Amino acid sequence: MGSVAFDAEDRWNAFITICRRAGHGDGPLAGVPVAVKDIISTAGIQTTCGSLVLKGYVPPYDAHVVELVKAAGAAVVGKTNMDEFGMGTTTESSAFGPTTNPVDTTRVPGGSSGGSAAAVASGMVPMALGTDTGGSIRCPAAFCGIVGLKPTYGRVSRYGLVAYANSLEGIGPMAGNVEDVSRLFSVIAGPDARDATSIDRPYTHTPSSDRIRGLRIGVPAEFFGEGVDPAVAERVRAAIGDLADLGAEIVECSMPSMAFALAAYYVTCTSEASSNLARFDGVRYGPDIVSKRSWHEAYQEHRREHLGKEVRRRIMLGTFALSAGYYGKYYAKAQEARKNVGEDFARLFADVDVIAGPTMPTTAFALGEKTADPLSMYLADILTVPANLAGVPAISVPCGTVNGLPVGLQLIGRHCEEELIIDAACAYEEAQR
Amino acid sequence: MVSESDVAHIAILADIGIGDDELAEFTGQFNAILEYFDLLDQVEESGRSGTGTTNIFRDDEIAPSLPLDGVLENAGESEAGYIRAPKVM
Amino acid sequence: MTEHTDVVIGLEIHCQLNTQTKLFCGCATDYKTDGPNTHVCPICLGLPGALPMINRKAVEYGLRVAKALNLEVPEESEFARKNYFYPDLPKGYQITMYDRPLAVRGHLEIEGDDGEKDIRITRIHLEEDPGRLVHRAGAGRVAYTLVDYNRSGIPLIEIVTEPDLRSPKEARRFLNKLRATLEYLDVYDGEREGGLRVDANISIRGSERVEVKNISSYRGVEKALTFEITRQKNLIRRGLRVVRETRHFQEGRGITTSARSKETENDYRYFPEPDLRPLRVKDWVEAIALPELPDARRDRFMATYGISLNHARTLTGDLRLAEFYEALAAKVEPTLAATWTADTLLGELNYRDMPVTTVPLDHFTDLVGLVGRGEVTDRVAVDVLRALLNAVVNNETPVKPLDYVREHNLGKGAADAFAAVIDAVIAENPQAVADYREGRGTALNFLVGQAMKKTRGKADPKEITPLIAARIAPKEGA
Repeated sequence: MGSVAFDAEDRWNAFITICRRAGHGDGPLAGVPVAVKDIISTAGIQTTCGSLVLKGYVPPYDAHVVELVKAAGAAVVGKTNMDEFGMGTTTESSAFGPTTNPVDTTRVPGGSSGGSAAAVASGMVPMALGTDTGGSIRCPAAFCGIVGLKPTYGRVSRYGLVAYANSLEGIGPMAGNVEDVSRLFSVIAGPDARDATSIDRPYTHTPSSDRIRGLRIGVPAEFFGEGVDPAVAERVRAAIGDLADLGAEIVECSMPSMAFALAAYYVTCTSEASSNLARFDGVRYGPDIVSKRSWHEAYQEHRREHLGKEVRRRIMLGTFALSAGYYGKYYAKAQEARKNVGEDFARLFADVDVIAGPTMPTTAFALGEKTADPLSMYLADILTVPANLAGVPAISVPCGTVNGLPVGLQLIGRHCEEELIIDAACAYEEAQR
Repeated sequence: MVSESDVAHIAILADIGIGDDELAEFTGQFNAILEYFDLLDQVEESGRSGTGTTNIFRDDEIAPSLPLDGVLENAGESEAGYIRAPKVM
Repeated sequence: MTEHTDVVIGLEIHCQLNTQTKLFCGCATDYKTDGPNTHVCPICLGLPGALPMINRKAVEYGLRVAKALNLEVPEESEFARKNYFYPDLPKGYQITMYDRPLAVRGHLEIEGDDGEKDIRITRIHLEEDPGRLVHRAGAGRVAYTLVDYNRSGIPLIEIVTEPDLRSPKEARRFLNKLRATLEYLDVYDGEREGGLRVDANISIRGSERVEVKNISSYRGVEKALTFEITRQKNLIRRGLRVVRETRHFQEGRGITTSARSKETENDYRYFPEPDLRPLRVKDWVEAIALPELPDARRDRFMATYGISLNHARTLTGDLRLAEFYEALAAKVEPTLAATWTADTLLGELNYRDMPVTTVPLDHFTDLVGLVGRGEVTDRVAVDVLRALLNAVVNNETPVKPLDYVREHNLGKGAADAFAAVIDAVIAENPQAVADYREGRGTALNFLVGQAMKKTRGKADPKEITPLIAARIAPKEGA
């Protein structure tokens, strides 16, 4: 038992809330400072989701992962900045101002877990928790040059994770290296009786670089298609070549369902978001409703004032996609497209052990580059959303730079085979040292 | 294509609050995004059912509720244990 | 045939299931005596990040109902979100079931206007109750609302019928039968306040259908339906059109009023609840052992106790009444017990709005015993019963009937002890005596009544009637 004095200077606006003195217990992470994305509930510590609508909200309970991290002895030293409710790829939509990329402060850190990535990349903390709905752990990991794991859907409990898109998202570890990602993952993985979608697959693995020999790695052509920066594609091809040099077998393949994956993803996440975020009406938590008007007008006034534009845009898109007459065209079709993605993965994984490609089609955007054109920002998620649609695990591991900016190699695994992609990432990381 | 009045209707359905000054901007963006979503028209419906776990339950056993302070702490205003909300009449 | 054959009624009934805990969280459902917001947790308060978890017992209860009402349980059912805003709804959506309900296509037999008939059940599903609102007035009108979330998340079963009911009376009978069935199944507590709410669809054949919402009592259903049928028939008679709409029942005024059209333009944007997994519970049904249900008990009462169909139907129409009767019939003569319970006690209870569970069984058993042994007259027994019930209402310790009778000297007198009373009655009512002698038989009833009055009911009319008749009979040859 002890406490950690956390005196890091946050020049990147990585944190929304900093706990300058944080208590900790004993355990495998005894005394390790861990940053927690501000969409994960922490008892007694403000949890805002990067939104004004939850400013001042102090949860009366800890998320399951926070209980586990504390039980492992870690010190929760702060809550990290993020795109409002996780809805973004840049961390610019936070009501608490954008986070900058520690590698190049004129660039975004990626999102939505940009604060967690920046906190790790800047060296303020060795590890952090992020959440990934359509790439929100892997994108900032890639942009900031760190390692981020999106676990199998359900392998980490969502209890206490403020919902944005329930069927897609999960909590995962982010750290400077594969070993730390693995350590943090071993603490948070496992079943939870409070999450009906949780699965009973604890993680007790120690990363090993030995399994890369003979590993069959599929490389879908679609991961190098239109919209992928040729320099990024080249860097990732080279990294995959390095894996081959380590003994892996590279299998060129195809994933036709990718054509519809992004549309399926955005229809699903906005639909679920439109429902999940209906509870933010100012009655039970967050800034109080001040209006004397009747409830409909009061809610509208409150939500307009306290929710950002991107959040309001996604709520409206989702409301439209679920509305009478459009459900069949959008939501129902998106679920079909989603099944196609799952079947594509199943087909590929019958032949290969791991699928590899770039995490993001480009390196980190300049600050402000994507804010005016939401669709162009959405398109940047094309390579990360398939893993969320299928619920399979994926890790982003740094694989060099393009023009000084980090590039992430994404390794996608079979359902509940985090162990294997962590080993592949470990082997790659070790070879780069 | 959605019109500005469609977007205004959606805003009401979502209780989101939208200003006249924002209508044109949102409508333009929606049309671009919805045009992209139209890709899904090419997806065929198969009638496959989903896979995954079923029958995840809890037992009918009482667990402690929150103390009243904890309930009211985050609510803006309260009165005799009730939480205050806007009028509905 | 009845006057209502052109009336078409379908019901949607919401009943609270009497589980220990709420549908999706461990908060206790027994909050009646506790203050507002004392039975809430992150889940039923809709705190960010909280997740629902299905109460297995609620599903079991739902399946019990499904089996009792002869419904089919599909391979898979699923919870869905119904999205709408209202201050009593903490999450901005209600978790309910939509296109994949718990069970479909069943039926319940009732005593209809033209004899026994089956009312088809369309579906049943489970859903969570919203919170409760209290409206606070300010400066002459409602200024704000107060919310109590104790009710939020209470498990409800919604039972939807086909439009098979033809009159308000049939609707009431259906509801009574349904309530009895749910109580026999031990899934529902009829004494719980707000435990049942009904929406009704009503149309006159050939006209548009009207939905009446917000009916929260059994009596209200018959009243609301009767009002609505009259309203619709009047419109049609005057050559006007019935508008397809939703109306609210104003319980206090006994009328229905049009809901503002804005409220009816709901677009609930249902979609499968992503935080829950589907149910596959079809194979649970076979293992469910149903208890004896009202019809079976009715038949057994007739066979075992030799009571009439009407008595048996009344006594089994309420689980607690049936249990009360059986305990009584074990100690006193069953047909007498049936008469006193179904005809006398029930009326007195309804008058006082008392549940049968508050009646001290020992006392009532003694009372019926006194009647059976001819120790008191029916009239005195009713008085003793009233005193007994009034004592219960007033929270007093009720006096044992035998003691009460002794204390008030109400024991039945022997008929010959009333000779003086009979003399007086005859002397005081010469006109009635004359009328009787002229052949008006009703005059005798009047004289017996007068004698009863003078004896404070202690004289048994069956015994004194022949005595009076003999005394005033027209003289032979006069």
